[in-house]
Amino acid sequence: MLLFLEQCLNGLQFGLLLFLLAAGLTLVFGIMDLVNLAHGSLYMMGAYFAATFTAWTDSFVAGALLALLATLLLGMILEVVALRPLYGRDHLDHVLGTFGLILFFNELVRIVWGPAGLSLPLPTGLIYPVELLPGLFYPTYRIVIIVVALVVALFLYVLVMHTRLGMLIRAGASNREMTGALGININLLYTLVFGLGAALAGLAGLMQAPILTVQIGMGENILILAFVVIIIGGIGSIRGAFIAAVLVGLIDTVGRAFLPDLLRLVLSSRGASTVAPAMSSMMIYLLMAIVLVLRPEGLFPASGK
Amino acid sequence: MNHLFMPRNAVVVVLLLLLAALPLYASLAGNPFLVTLFTRILILAMAATSLNFILGYGGMVSFGHAVYLGIGGYAVGILAFEGVTSGFVQWPLAIIACALFALAVGALSLRTRGVYFIMITLAFAQLIYYFGVGLDRYGADDGLSIRQRSAFAGPIDLSNRTQFYYLCLLLLIATIYVTWHLVNSRFGMVLQGSRSNDRRMRAIGFPTFRYRLTGFVIAGAICGLAGALLANHTGFISPATMHWTRSGDLIVMVVLGGMASSFGPLFGAVVLLTLEEALPLAIRTLATPLFGDVAVRMGEYWQILLGPLFLLVVLFARGGIDGLLAGSRRD
Repeated sequence: MLLFLEQCLNGLQFGLLLFLLAAGLTLVFGIMDLVNLAHGSLYMMGAYFAATFTAWTDSFVAGALLALLATLLLGMILEVVALRPLYGRDHLDHVLGTFGLILFFNELVRIVWGPAGLSLPLPTGLIYPVELLPGLFYPTYRIVIIVVALVVALFLYVLVMHTRLGMLIRAGASNREMTGALGININLLYTLVFGLGAALAGLAGLMQAPILTVQIGMGENILILAFVVIIIGGIGSIRGAFIAAVLVGLIDTVGRAFLPDLLRLVLSSRGASTVAPAMSSMMIYLLMAIVLVLRPEGLFPASGK
Repeated sequence: MNHLFMPRNAVVVVLLLLLAALPLYASLAGNPFLVTLFTRILILAMAATSLNFILGYGGMVSFGHAVYLGIGGYAVGILAFEGVTSGFVQWPLAIIACALFALAVGALSLRTRGVYFIMITLAFAQLIYYFGVGLDRYGADDGLSIRQRSAFAGPIDLSNRTQFYYLCLLLLIATIYVTWHLVNSRFGMVLQGSRSNDRRMRAIGFPTFRYRLTGFVIAGAICGLAGALLANHTGFISPATMHWTRSGDLIVMVVLGGMASSFGPLFGAVVLLTLEEALPLAIRTLATPLFGDVAVRMGEYWQILLGPLFLLVVLFARGGIDGLLAGSRRD
């Protein structure tokens, strides 16, 4: 039972991390109609920036804040230089152009930081686990991730639904020309939104960095998962992304932990240990297929689109 | 207009002649690597041609096309591993497996449109990718070595490099011919009509879903054959063959060469793969006088030029190489 709870917490943590990535992706897609494969590269850059800045400043918090700022700036520069010409183009053009950006960023990282990965030590003070329930010890750092992601989710909700900027974002999403005609600087708005999305990806990358190694291509597989999340949740919907992210995180993590035991009930133990790893990686894609068959627009289609 | 002498046709003829003469040149120049490189180019051009059939003509942006290379390859690899080396069994099975998989994926994903379609094809490809990673018996992540090339009857011996090269060339030309024929048939017209305006096609009475699904299956089957060839060529198959970036490479070949053109994917494959070989060399040669020893390392970083090049092609050369040769901008 305790193990199950622990795995659920792990799943929640992974899901919330996915949410940070998916939120940026779904914002950019919902508002600018841009498919951004390079989102995973921004995640990677966030992790590399954090590793570098933490080494410079000797403080994880300072390094993380600097990295966040750096990915925000990088995102805004990227939008102005490379992505602005892609608006209004075919989705295929987006896929191709941003695929090129992935190659560019991977190579850039190889040149600047070298081919070997970096590691970012856990912040001191967060190394020891805390006892959540009697007998249930859980790493403090993972709890920090959960809390930060929840705060960010709340911040996004308030930002989009209850501020002037959020109103402009929603207006820009439903009718670009009309919003522009009312005197809103759409270009600036897009740059800001893209920067925000980039910073969210960077935040996900830098928070994940101490758990995994910081390496080239680290954003590629998780990017696909983030796409699965926004497809399940409904493209353009932040609420959908949140629910789908937690769902995917839970299913993936809990499935990996318990599927081998479940399969052992029906299969021989050798058969189960062969099938289980493949099955648990495939489960979320199966979930996506089922969702798309039943609701081709995702669970929470963005309204007005 | 005398369109027989358009620059595009001249380039096609010259390219085909060069491809036909390549093994001769390679043996005269004593450079067998050229044959290996170009066999790979021909096989991937075949895969790209099959993708172009649905992407260029059918408007279906499949972002998981490399999965058929993987399935076709694994069909050969697994059968060889289990002791079945006959090509008469391996290759049809590779094609059938891919066609069945394409049927299942197409039936589900063609219900969606636009970016949903892109992402769902990608997700199904990931599904199979992870399935391959989990195949413990067949090497899992590390892949599977194929010790013996597919065996055929009579004088056909695939372990002969030159013969294998010509077989690939022949199959590529056959693929281009078949897709050209299909595209210009009634079937292809419906497919293209559905790309331009699916609702109108349905309104005039075509069950476009069936046409699109058939097209999707044909493309998968052809790519499965390419996968069987690729596995024979490299003597190795691993999940990396169907990593999503490989699917991206195939899309790049199609768009770079020119969508919805018969020879575009071949142009794209030739240019992309020779660039991959030539760019490091070119950077090294150009940079050596300026930077000395550092230039050798700079050559390794060729991808930093390739990535932005894709972006430039997307932005400024939408018709790809074929569009440039035809001399008119296509939109």
